[in-house]
Amino acid sequence: MTENIIEVRDLVKHYPVTRGVVFKKTIGHVKAVDGVSFDLKAGETLGVVGESGCGKSTLARVLMNLEKPTAGQVLYKGQDISKLSGGALRRLRRQIQLVMQDPYTSLNPRMTVGDLIGEPFEIHPEVAPRRSRRDKVKELLDLVGLNPEHINRYPHQFSGGQRQRIGIARALALRPEVIVCDEPVSALDVSIQAQVMNLLEKLQAEFGLSYVFIAHDLSVVRHLSDRVAVMYLGKMVEVGTEDEIYERPTHPYTQALLSAVPVPDPTVRESKAIIRLQGDVPSPVSPPSGCRFRTRCWKAQDVCAQEVPLLQIRPGSDHPSACHFAEKREIVATHEAA
Amino acid sequence: MSEQSAPGADGSGRPSGRLLEVDGLRVEFRTRDGVAKVINGVTYHVDAGETLAVLGESGSGKSVTAQTIMGILDTPPGFVTGGQVRFHGKDMLKMSAEQRRRIRGEGIAMIFQDSLSALNPVFTVGFQIAEQFRIRRGLSRSDAKKRAIEMLDQVKIPNAKGRYSNYPHQFSGGMRQRAMIAMSLALDPEVLIADEPTTALDVTVQAQIMDLLGELQRERQMGMILITHDLGVVADVADRIAVMYAGRIVEEADVYDLYAKPAHPYTLGLLNSIPRMDEKGQELRTIKGLPPNLMNIPPGCAFNPRCPMAQPVCREKVPPLLQLGRGRASACHFAEELVNRD
Ligand SMILES: Nc1ncnc2c1ncn2[C@@H]1O[C@H](COP(=O)(O)OP(=O)(O)OP(=O)(O)O)[C@@H](O)[C@H]1O
Ligand SMILES: Nc1ncnc2c1ncn2[C@@H]1O[C@H](COP(=O)(O)OP(=O)(O)O)[C@@H](O)[C@H]1O
Ligand code: SF4
Ligand code: SF4
Ligand SMILES: [Mg+2]
Ligand SMILES: [Mg+2]
Repeated sequence: MTENIIEVRDLVKHYPVTRGVVFKKTIGHVKAVDGVSFDLKAGETLGVVGESGCGKSTLARVLMNLEKPTAGQVLYKGQDISKLSGGALRRLRRQIQLVMQDPYTSLNPRMTVGDLIGEPFEIHPEVAPRRSRRDKVKELLDLVGLNPEHINRYPHQFSGGQRQRIGIARALALRPEVIVCDEPVSALDVSIQAQVMNLLEKLQAEFGLSYVFIAHDLSVVRHLSDRVAVMYLGKMVEVGTEDEIYERPTHPYTQALLSAVPVPDPTVRESKAIIRLQGDVPSPVSPPSGCRFRTRCWKAQDVCAQEVPLLQIRPGSDHPSACHFAEKREIVATHEAA
Repeated sequence: MSEQSAPGADGSGRPSGRLLEVDGLRVEFRTRDGVAKVINGVTYHVDAGETLAVLGESGSGKSVTAQTIMGILDTPPGFVTGGQVRFHGKDMLKMSAEQRRRIRGEGIAMIFQDSLSALNPVFTVGFQIAEQFRIRRGLSRSDAKKRAIEMLDQVKIPNAKGRYSNYPHQFSGGMRQRAMIAMSLALDPEVLIADEPTTALDVTVQAQIMDLLGELQRERQMGMILITHDLGVVADVADRIAVMYAGRIVEEADVYDLYAKPAHPYTLGLLNSIPRMDEKGQELRTIKGLPPNLMNIPPGCAFNPRCPMAQPVCREKVPPLLQLGRGRASACHFAEELVNRD
């Protein structure tokens, strides 16, 4: 059994909703993340999928210790990250890095690529002595498939995919153990997206990195992940191996999500299972009682409004699912490899 | 100069049902940095009742082509430098502003990716739809309102009557997209251009909207041009596909043919690049390099610096979009080899 590098326990992050300009009055809370638990093992990729607003980026920010949780814990090698300070906190900041979605806004336009990638060394000079920094940066550029000669260029001189590579090089500079990727390829075109996905896989193999890979694109997540967690309205509704989630999903939301993904093969048009959800995701300020998915679920019963379904393994299934009536269902149309 | 003209493009032997033809269209943007040749001879058509998907990565010129069809090209800096856009056989680029205005909405309508900026935030959704009936159809205020509510109902907005007086910001993303569909279909257009209509939406909502568009299109026998970069959406709904690269159509084919056997290396590369849900892949096969800078398009075939099949001739001669039979066309010097391989 490999060790857990990160353990997340009953994590909650609420944001106050205020009214008034001078006298701010709290009138409610956005329940962005509301009781999430999972483990990340050394060297694995955990995919996190879910629709807009389900709490994926909030989860990423709390994992990065950029925000304090409202309740619950993130343990890095057994230590609660929100309780770290001084040297221990600095070490943590080296070990967990973030790659963000938007390659256009996440890089400071006035810094050269060399400065951008070298910046982490300013904060952590122990990793690379000043003399060797330029060489280190060039090595990193080469590693992510950029021309080391371009070290003096500015971000606007690069394409979206290349900027994402700069972001990845920057995240790698301090030789982290964990990289949290928040929609790292969502803004990229397919042909470029594939290049960046291959790069992420190569780097993982080379450095034994662990990834938390957040995305809304289920095909991208399947391609890269060992295990997958599905989120809905701040909760994790199902978690399992890539196979368990994609081949044997048991939560109705996972099933609907998979069925909605268009398959890039016209010959499966007729044979595909079609589940169409009604309506939109409810507001995270006042989520439905009991099961949060019940307002859109075709299987909902009275109990679903009364009891919160726990994320657990139920009879007849091999992985945790947060549905009172979890059961297998075949969703993905199979197709012959081209 | 058009590379490929539809049969009897003079209007005589035009196949019945052929609604819209873009023929050899050229557009450039004249900016301070130079001239970007954005559309370099685009040719495609759509017939009544069919869905043509225009597939291409960002910057390939999908939207600029659509804007030119609609007569909403940003001029300056954008200028049409060649080609025709024929609606029922008549070149719209030669029509008066008044003639074009009449076609907009009733002949050809368009929906956009960004519904929030396409709807006017200071008027209610219902009012914006009703106005079309009042101004274009001369209906009375109350009749126009009745028709607008019917439209909202047709696009399956729950409680259409109650929602009539909501403002755009009070709608969710999916509902706004429905409202925009209602608005564009109000005058019963013959052709609907949908420019990335679901790109900003979540996948479960995208599925609802694509179902709705398909349903309305079949009911009304509209010709639909679906602009997208999503190979999954295309496989689900298109009848025919036109693949765009650097401002040209590089391949045109029936949806089944295109996925089974692409006739252009770029299409093949795209299909290989997508991670497939039903195949946990190893390394993805990528297309190397980047799309060209449109101010400096490579000579010969614009795809040649990225093409694994490129030969010396590809750097010298622009491959014309040639018919391969069965409604298939490819702009590659080696298209025959590509389709005939096993
Ligand atoms: N700083 C904040 N203050 C108030 N509400 C917030 C804040 N950050 C996030 N939220 C809310 O929390 C919920 C979850 O947001 P989050 O950004 O985590 O979603 P996401 O899953 O990353 O969505 P997307 O796929 O759109 O990126 C949303 O309803 C969002 O509006
Ligand atoms: N108003 C404009 N001014 C200058 N260039 C433009 C303008 N609109 C579009 N372009 C350029 O035209 C090219 C094609 O754009 P577009 O048709 O929007 O691509 P897409 O295929 O992504 O829809 C791009 O290089 C884009 O930058
Ligand atoms: S608990 Fe009930 S409402 Fe929730 S997913 Fe299961 S069946 Fe549906
Ligand atoms: S013409 Fe040549 S470079 Fe262009 S796609 Fe065909 S083989 Fe490739
Ligand atoms: Mg996010
Ligand atoms: Mg566009």
